[in-house]
Amino acid sequence: MSKLKKLTQQKLFLPVFCMLLVLCVNIVYDVAQGNEFYNFFKITITNDLLTGRIINILNRGSEVAILAIGMTLVVSASAGTDISVGSVMSLCASFCCMLVAGFGVSSVNSAEEFAMPLAVGLIGALLMGCLCGAFNGALVAYLNIQPMVATLILWSAARAIGLLLCNNLIVYIRVPEYGVFGGYIGPVPTPIIIAAVCVAIVSVVLKKTAMGMYIQSVGINKKASRIAGLNSKRIIFVCYLVCGLCAGIAGIVASSRITSADSNNIGLDMELDAILAVALGGNSLGGGRFNLAGSIIGAYTIQAITTTMLAMGVSTAVNPVFKAVIVIAIVAVQAPPVKAWFKKRAAAKAVVQKEVARV
Amino acid sequence: MKKKLLALTLALAMSLALAACGGTSSSSSSAGSAGSAGSAGSAGSAGSASGSDGDVISVGFAQVGHESDWRTASTNSAYDVFSEENGYDLVFVDCDNDSAKQLEAVRNFIQQGVDYIIIDPIVSTGWDAVLTECEDAGIPVIVIDRTIDDSDKYVSWVGSDFKVEGLACGEWLKAYAADKGIAEINALVIEGSVGASATIGRTEGFKEIADREGWNILDSQSGDFTEAGGQEVMESYCQSYKGQFNVVICQNDNEAAGAMTAMDNAGITYGVGGDVILVSFDANKPYVQMVMDGKINANFECNPMAAPTVAEIIDQLEAGETPEKEIYVTESWFAAEDNVATITVNGEEQPVIHVTQEVLDGRPY
Repeated sequence: MSKLKKLTQQKLFLPVFCMLLVLCVNIVYDVAQGNEFYNFFKITITNDLLTGRIINILNRGSEVAILAIGMTLVVSASAGTDISVGSVMSLCASFCCMLVAGFGVSSVNSAEEFAMPLAVGLIGALLMGCLCGAFNGALVAYLNIQPMVATLILWSAARAIGLLLCNNLIVYIRVPEYGVFGGYIGPVPTPIIIAAVCVAIVSVVLKKTAMGMYIQSVGINKKASRIAGLNSKRIIFVCYLVCGLCAGIAGIVASSRITSADSNNIGLDMELDAILAVALGGNSLGGGRFNLAGSIIGAYTIQAITTTMLAMGVSTAVNPVFKAVIVIAIVAVQAPPVKAWFKKRAAAKAVVQKEVARV
Repeated sequence: MKKKLLALTLALAMSLALAACGGTSSSSSSAGSAGSAGSAGSAGSAGSASGSDGDVISVGFAQVGHESDWRTASTNSAYDVFSEENGYDLVFVDCDNDSAKQLEAVRNFIQQGVDYIIIDPIVSTGWDAVLTECEDAGIPVIVIDRTIDDSDKYVSWVGSDFKVEGLACGEWLKAYAADKGIAEINALVIEGSVGASATIGRTEGFKEIADREGWNILDSQSGDFTEAGGQEVMESYCQSYKGQFNVVICQNDNEAAGAMTAMDNAGITYGVGGDVILVSFDANKPYVQMVMDGKINANFECNPMAAPTVAEIIDQLEAGETPEKEIYVTESWFAAEDNVATITVNGEEQPVIHVTQEVLDGRPY
């Protein structure tokens, strides 16, 4: 009993529990279908590549997971969300493809046709992400504009700028070297590796330096942190910068998957998924304390829902409804009043048990 | 205070940089599109006989936006047909997918007193008032591509019959399977965006033939008309229906590209000589090329070149005739092999074009 209690009081218990719940649905479905119960979790090597639903979830969820890193920091430090990340992804992807293919060129089919080396394009995309992040950060941190309003500018503008950079075309870079970032290294999908590296770097920086504590401190009380000697504004600025950089990385992954810059569709509505990931991870959108691992789990939970829907062949028209129902359930379970109610019930039960024991 | 000032200037500089960046590329982009309009070739010359009496006919065109290659082709077709050499004065407005902007554009056309108005309606409703204004001003309106549902105050609608595209796909598959001796068809469909008229029409058309022939449609899910969507859906299909399917129908070219990547990864062969018959819709030029290369078995066109037909309608109106209310643009069906020469769609015999370099070179988009 006490072990169970300890487990349920872990910070990550609810996010993990919700994720497992979503995955359990698949076991039930597989059994009902007459398949082996572990069908969904089976990982095989087909065509020298790792395949399986779990791999799909890890692979396809990478972009949102990468975005969720930056979003968690932004939410924590500034008690607001960066709604521009989806558009910035698109802009970075377009910028990268534009640099590599050359302006106005709509299709590149071999490495010899590159206008610039691939590395220039990639670094350019990351710098563009940083620039967008710095823009948002400057508006929020130094001009004290509300985060949603400040990031609204790039939310609407970044995608359009991307379209202009690509001369209103979908720029195709049908070159294997470019496809690597959305493809495979050996048998492992590259996006998984990229996401893992990003998560590792950020968590090490947060754990090994005081940065994590500074961010939480600024998020809880900006003024008090300032008085305590922290440069609150700079910390908020850096969080937005990192968020922009994450969007740049996610943009490269998304663009590399389809070896093209489809500015209209890359990262479309992904800012909402990223915010949802932060919320599903049990983080308060009101800023302050945060839990990076929770956000990452949240990101993969969202992808798990999508992959489950695809695996079950749920009719595409009703797909969003199912997704909404699951999300409502997950968020409701984690809501403070519901948590409080469970606690109260448990306490009442304990009292009754004590009474019974006494009698 | 100093820092605030610094931040302000920084922010200003950034927004200026962004604006400048946007400005320069927009001007060069318009130059670029004009150039490609010129290079689009002789596509529009078919319907360009009018305007020879010396009067310049002014035409206002309220285009949806510029979201895809298909849309660009549609715009270029209009530039081509309604050129000065052909005796037209084209007023082109790109409405950036903003329906309010489109209504405004049409009202501006009325004020400018153009002779004809072409609308590719962004939304299908809310048109009655502005079309009544057009009628009062005596300007005939021609609707292309998308439809207007709440008003009939326009002369004609020109566009694609998506259901016929779906039917043609089914008929071709039937003939192809019969020729190759494929007895059982197990098809997977990657649909377009939910609710889009192209999705509905193509799904309906193909399903009609599939039901008639007793084919098995294993699954039908949406890939949102994007490459990423097609890739994800196909990846899932490859795991759910491993070794059970022999036909994949993608409802547009981008989805087909995604499906190809997913099948490559899963080690499934497709196209001519492959395990899976891959069919696509839209037939943009790069994908017609893939048909020629044998990666896609067949591609069913969705013709963006409405402008020549619109020019014919204008000719008829100039001559005092009444054009038909609904006109479908002619569309072609492309195949990688020459084993099926014709198919019968809705009781009408239509050719299936075997793609060669010559055919490819002749494609305007």
